Amino acid sequence: MMVTVAHVQLSSCCGCLISLSDTYEKLIDILGSIDLVYCQTLADAREIPNADVILVEGAVCLDDHHTMEIVKEVREKGKILVALGACSAVGGITRFCKGGQMPKPVQSSFSALTEVVKCDLAIPGCPPSPELIVNVITAVLNGNMEYLRPFAKYAESKRGACGCDLIINVINKSLCMGCGVCAASCPTRAIKMIEGRPLVSSELCIKCGVCSFQCPRIELPKGVCQLDGE
Amino acid sequence: MDPFGKYNSIISARATDKRILKKSQDGGIVSATFIYGLENNILDGVIVADRGEKFKPVPKVATTPEEVIEAAGTKYTVCPNISLLKSAVREYGCDKIGVVGTPCQIISTKKAIKYPVGLRHVTDKIALTIGIFCMENFPYNGMKTVVEELCGARLEDVVKTDIGKGKFWVYTKWGETKSVKLKETHPYEQIACHVCTDYTAELADISTGSVGSPDGWSSVFLRTKKGEEIIKKMIDGGYLETKPIDEGKFGLGILKKLALTKKEKNIKEIEHRKELGLPVPIIE
Repeated sequence: MMVTVAHVQLSSCCGCLISLSDTYEKLIDILGSIDLVYCQTLADAREIPNADVILVEGAVCLDDHHTMEIVKEVREKGKILVALGACSAVGGITRFCKGGQMPKPVQSSFSALTEVVKCDLAIPGCPPSPELIVNVITAVLNGNMEYLRPFAKYAESKRGACGCDLIINVINKSLCMGCGVCAASCPTRAIKMIEGRPLVSSELCIKCGVCSFQCPRIELPKGVCQLDGE
Repeated sequence: MDPFGKYNSIISARATDKRILKKSQDGGIVSATFIYGLENNILDGVIVADRGEKFKPVPKVATTPEEVIEAAGTKYTVCPNISLLKSAVREYGCDKIGVVGTPCQIISTKKAIKYPVGLRHVTDKIALTIGIFCMENFPYNGMKTVVEELCGARLEDVVKTDIGKGKFWVYTKWGETKSVKLKETHPYEQIACHVCTDYTAELADISTGSVGSPDGWSSVFLRTKKGEEIIKKMIDGGYLETKPIDEGKFGLGILKKLALTKKEKNIKEIEHRKELGLPVPIIE
């Protein structure tokens, strides 16, 4: 039997799903190896069914009764619940929401899915790259827990993210050696390398968490330290 | 303890192109390989540490042999080469990128390849990684202090810096040679380097450095098929001359000694930090 996967969208821009479909031919491979049972954009199913994997993109609007019910539902129906992308995993740009916007000015409270229910995996990034999403889905299909470990940790940590994490967790801890991967990975170019250290512009940072995820001095997964292609 | 990580072979080599040897640090392996790659359609852009003002290195995407030669030579200070990974693809349109870096920068690149969260359609375009041997690095003002205060040379005048025979060497455009014992430079090292246990860039396709080979030559580890292929083509085409590595005390012996020194010293530091409850990058 094929692994059943559902994609559920909460308060988000749909960018994470677009990133998933940006995998071109790999998406076909993936769609061939999974059974996509629910995805409002790509599939015609009205009810969220039970699924092996539920990918949730977007933040949770605490002021919206309907959303809160969906959140409860995805936790109950998904064996593996994945917070896909910054908004769902760490809050992302929805951290800046304060309400007052049309057409629902009263909706003012948005939280990451990881803060509201227990998630099994959380993938930061705005959006996470197509390759990464493929890697994660493949690792889930193969039960490659070693690969998934950093995402499981993000799910557990239930915290927000910010460019400041680089200052607190890397520079302040005497770990930054100035490679610059944080600057390369930032989707808004909020990071400049000055004197071999990241300088984060708080006006550009969208709190997606990708810079600190990418940092090899915060976490260096074991699998990275193996030479491929010998 | 394994000093070098996995590799298929190790040789001593140097470039045959005099233009490279005039500017390169030792055997010109990085410059020669990148130029060969650019001229033979194996690479179309390479991320290098260019020379800025006052010996301040600046990361650069070089797309011509002239630009590679311009950037030749080691700079003993931090240069965030990996910060250009995405712009090499998006702004320069490269799809066969060469990356040169210190061991930590190669590790960073490998993590980016394995976990490309914020690097959409970038990491599949990394065609070759060259790592350079590294014991530790200096922040810019650390290097400046070593050159200006310890060696007594003005950074504006410096044409080359080097580490060898237990000393930090400075060569000026006036033809002066100045030096200071390495021991005296330790206080100016980047402290973050002390949690790194990789001396020979164990995850690169090719790793190179002066240690283990005679003056003007470089020791070269060929670690992957990709790395072996390009070096073999260069040797066959006469772009590199080679000789077997000296397996004695002044060849592999000293290389092994230094690699193990770094590992042992920094494993101790990692343990020490753990005892203090400080975070360290490698989590079992």
